[in-house]
Amino acid sequence: MAHKEMICIACPMGCCLDVEYDNSIISVKNNSCKVGIKYANDEIYDPRRMVTTTVKTNLAIAFLPVKTSKAISKNLVRNVIKELNDITVSSPVQIGSVIKKNICGTDADIIAARNIS
Amino acid sequence: MKSVDVLVIGAGAAGLAAAVSLKENSIEDVLVVDRQNFAGGILFQCIHSGFGLHRFGEELTGPEYAQRYIDMAECQNVEMLLSSSVVDIVSKDDIKEVIILSQDSGLVKVKVKAIILAMGCRERNRGNINIPGSRPAGIFTAGLAQKLVNIEGYMPGNEFVIVGSGDIGLIMARRLTLEGAKVKAVLEIQPYPGGLDRNIVQCLDDFDIPLYTSHIVTNICGSRRVESVDVSEITDGRLTPKMKISCDTLLLSVGLIPENELSITAGVSLNAATAGPIVSSDYMTNVPGIFACGNVLHVHDLVDYVSDEASACAKAVSMYLANKLPQDKCIPVHSGNMVRYVVPSTVKPQCDAILKLRPVAPMKNVKIKVVSDRGDVLKSKKLIRAIPSEMITVQLNDVPTGCKSITVYFEI
Repeated sequence: MAHKEMICIACPMGCCLDVEYDNSIISVKNNSCKVGIKYANDEIYDPRRMVTTTVKTNLAIAFLPVKTSKAISKNLVRNVIKELNDITVSSPVQIGSVIKKNICGTDADIIAARNIS
Repeated sequence: MKSVDVLVIGAGAAGLAAAVSLKENSIEDVLVVDRQNFAGGILFQCIHSGFGLHRFGEELTGPEYAQRYIDMAECQNVEMLLSSSVVDIVSKDDIKEVIILSQDSGLVKVKVKAIILAMGCRERNRGNINIPGSRPAGIFTAGLAQKLVNIEGYMPGNEFVIVGSGDIGLIMARRLTLEGAKVKAVLEIQPYPGGLDRNIVQCLDDFDIPLYTSHIVTNICGSRRVESVDVSEITDGRLTPKMKISCDTLLLSVGLIPENELSITAGVSLNAATAGPIVSSDYMTNVPGIFACGNVLHVHDLVDYVSDEASACAKAVSMYLANKLPQDKCIPVHSGNMVRYVVPSTVKPQCDAILKLRPVAPMKNVKIKVVSDRGDVLKSKKLIRAIPSEMITVQLNDVPTGCKSITVYFEI
């Protein structure tokens, strides 16, 4: 059985979780909500992160802020950024529009975080 | 001369939320002024996520959070005057005259009954923290670098050292790394990190960026461009030279200062601890009819709290306009043991108040206590931990009459 302390990054509370695990999670302590349990589980077996970055446009605003539709595997973050470097948005977008579907096979989409006309 | 009921100065997070809430409180005649040509303020350069968890129950990026409020303001027909700066506020009894310099209309004079100050804050820079050394190119504040990278699309350098572990510095460490730069170190003068723990984890630990607490830059080297910085460790108040780090860019993330030049010209008194106006529990400054909220009042850690505060401020303004604000004498609120500051600076008897405070240093298992000058404990709250980067909120119900002052302190 292993033991690990980790800061939950799911919200600004930043609870300091006390996690006991083996092949699966045995116990999670010091979490102030149930999101902490899911976070502990993900962080030990499959750490995930939201990715936010920008992509080029040739519109009124030169850079469009974008985000992944959900958290993706931590070790794919750099691949996602790399792939987005080659994208240029050329038609107006609304918040929530999909810029790229299933980025790097992560099952997450890249969506616009700003309106650009 | 144009006249409105309420003028809101600043169309950032605080100004927008205040304007929307004024409309919700049936104050129709509202004008929002901002010096930028867009509303939303600094949120548009904060492209990272984590905004809106309290306010909207979902995780938004800065631009998305801003757009929610811009849409609400549009929905409520809030009148905005953009590309315009307020240059002077003249108070005469109940009526104030505000002089605005506008790109489109030139000098505009507006007669107002109430003003909400919502100008936010600005970054401290090299001059504020006295870093010795030469004056080469390659020294930026973290927020400026954020604007360059996220909005303009320029990389300010290749190899970075970041001074200060506030949230903006941490978030920029991650952002620059993802954009291909090398962040060699984050240096923090205090013995503990300045930003939220979750940002240390996901911005530094994730990318193996070292954080050196109790460390400062003692020299900036380089003539045309930054070439390296000398770093010393602080032990027992003494400096021990530690290392030279080669880098071409130095980012300063060394705190924010509420932007109150305009408030001072309007006769508003400031609180030395917050650098924001001295306000009562209804957010009114010492100048009747001038209110303040958001980062111009005190620096917040979460934009959600800024929006909440702006809504509460707008509600108080609507009561002021209806002549319903309690006129009682204000009771001063003192910062006691381990408390760096408390906002508001005064409360009123028989009224509720929300006290917002920050500790001087990190503490574990403490009690926050609010007591009157007569020794009555008005509120006592247990905290598992208290850290300077997280604002603590204490709801105070019905401040008793006859009390001359109240003190907030940590019982360890």
